[in-house]
Amino acid sequence: MAEASYPEDLKYHPEHDWARIDGGEATLGITWYAQDSLGEVVFFEGPEIGTEVSKDQPYAEVESVKAVSDVVAPLSGEVIAVNDTLADAPEAVNADPYETGWLVKIRLSDPAEADSLMDAAAYTASLE
Amino acid sequence: MTSSLTDRRTSLYETHVEAGAKMVPFAGWEMPVQYDGIKEEHIAVRTHAGIFDVSHMGEIEVEGPGSLAFLQRLVTNDVSKIEIGGAQYSLLLNEDAGVIDDLFVYRLGHDRYLVVTNAGNHQADLAQFGLISRDFDVYVRDAIDNYAMLAVQGPNARRIVENTLRIDLPSRMKVAARQVGRRPAIVCGTGYTGEDGVELLIDPEITPAIWTELVDSGVVPCGLGARDTLRLEVCFHLHGNDLSTDTDPISAGLGWACDESTGFIGSDKVAVLRANGTDEKLAPFVIEGAGIPRQGNPVMLGDEQVGEVTSGTFSPSIEKGIGMAYLRSDLADPGTEIEVDVRGKRRTARVSSKPLYKKAR
Repeated sequence: MAEASYPEDLKYHPEHDWARIDGGEATLGITWYAQDSLGEVVFFEGPEIGTEVSKDQPYAEVESVKAVSDVVAPLSGEVIAVNDTLADAPEAVNADPYETGWLVKIRLSDPAEADSLMDAAAYTASLE
Repeated sequence: MTSSLTDRRTSLYETHVEAGAKMVPFAGWEMPVQYDGIKEEHIAVRTHAGIFDVSHMGEIEVEGPGSLAFLQRLVTNDVSKIEIGGAQYSLLLNEDAGVIDDLFVYRLGHDRYLVVTNAGNHQADLAQFGLISRDFDVYVRDAIDNYAMLAVQGPNARRIVENTLRIDLPSRMKVAARQVGRRPAIVCGTGYTGEDGVELLIDPEITPAIWTELVDSGVVPCGLGARDTLRLEVCFHLHGNDLSTDTDPISAGLGWACDESTGFIGSDKVAVLRANGTDEKLAPFVIEGAGIPRQGNPVMLGDEQVGEVTSGTFSPSIEKGIGMAYLRSDLADPGTEIEVDVRGKRRTARVSSKPLYKKAR
């Protein structure tokens, strides 16, 4: 998407990652700001299902033509799904970073961690 | 790499920023890495026409009765083969045959040559030119501030430049003096993309107007990101990646640009390397499955490191990871399977012939 957007229903991590929390699970991805800085995403290879990811630690990489960028987990948990459609269409991370461009789903190991994440207003303010 | 106060700006800096280009520091200059996106710009050059600001490239003028003898001593190719209005790729070596720079030599007149250098090496080149010029009846002048340089490349590039600037263009690997924007200009039938096109050396004052005229005629503004993917697809060397003072021309596959009979600096060493062969050779490769190789990635055969990637990227034309690596010579033949260690993951790759991208006929 051409214009910056930061949906209200998401939680944000300062390393430009988002989480959509749904009960004990969360969908993770990178923010509009992150994809814009990186440029056209040409490669994403997710972790294996069952991998444990830890809050604030990198769990995968996204690559543009020129650069490689770590993707940091905003929350801890076990990977229960990886967005396989990105293997053939990694550009979805640029075109639609919050919906079709999601990266992984995790089962949260410590849902209380979400309290330390930013809401859309705080994240947007942090970018200025 | 961060931006610094000392980074120079080209005459097109404002034009780039106004157009929304992403600016990055490169070899002491602040340059556009991309406009709308590297892939789009890359495809525009392969299928239509793109324009690059390459004003960071340096120019050195060589003039005087000793010009030919001087250049024969200084650079590796046989300069006597360049006719007036001709161009030639060449290398500047040190005594150990290390590559100080790779450059283009244009012959503008009987005893008049223009040498185009890489931005990051321009000062080192000038020092070497100055030092060697003492032994010859020749006048060497740094002309970097006299010229802006635009590369217009792609299958439609020539037609659009001709129609827009209303000038006749020299054919491929030729050079001609022309008027651009009513100022003297040098037009070169050369490029760094594997496509047909021209490079324009023009007065910096009129460059923004010329750029805008060409863009208004449909030429797509491109950044250094696309320039890099385009050159790597056709296996053109990039000094600093694939060439350095630690590499020699024979290992780099540039023996064709060296004629030892001219007695250039480093020629004895090149002759020995050519006769005896080298331990390593620079070879292009394509990653077979997923993964993008990057500069510095080790190349492995089992547990043994057998090479190192010097250039690596995602190829927008082939849609795979591609690169060039110095490989143990017995592994550098096309078809050989190798493994590239991309940040801890082994990626299977196959050594290819040059170029990696072959134009459909």
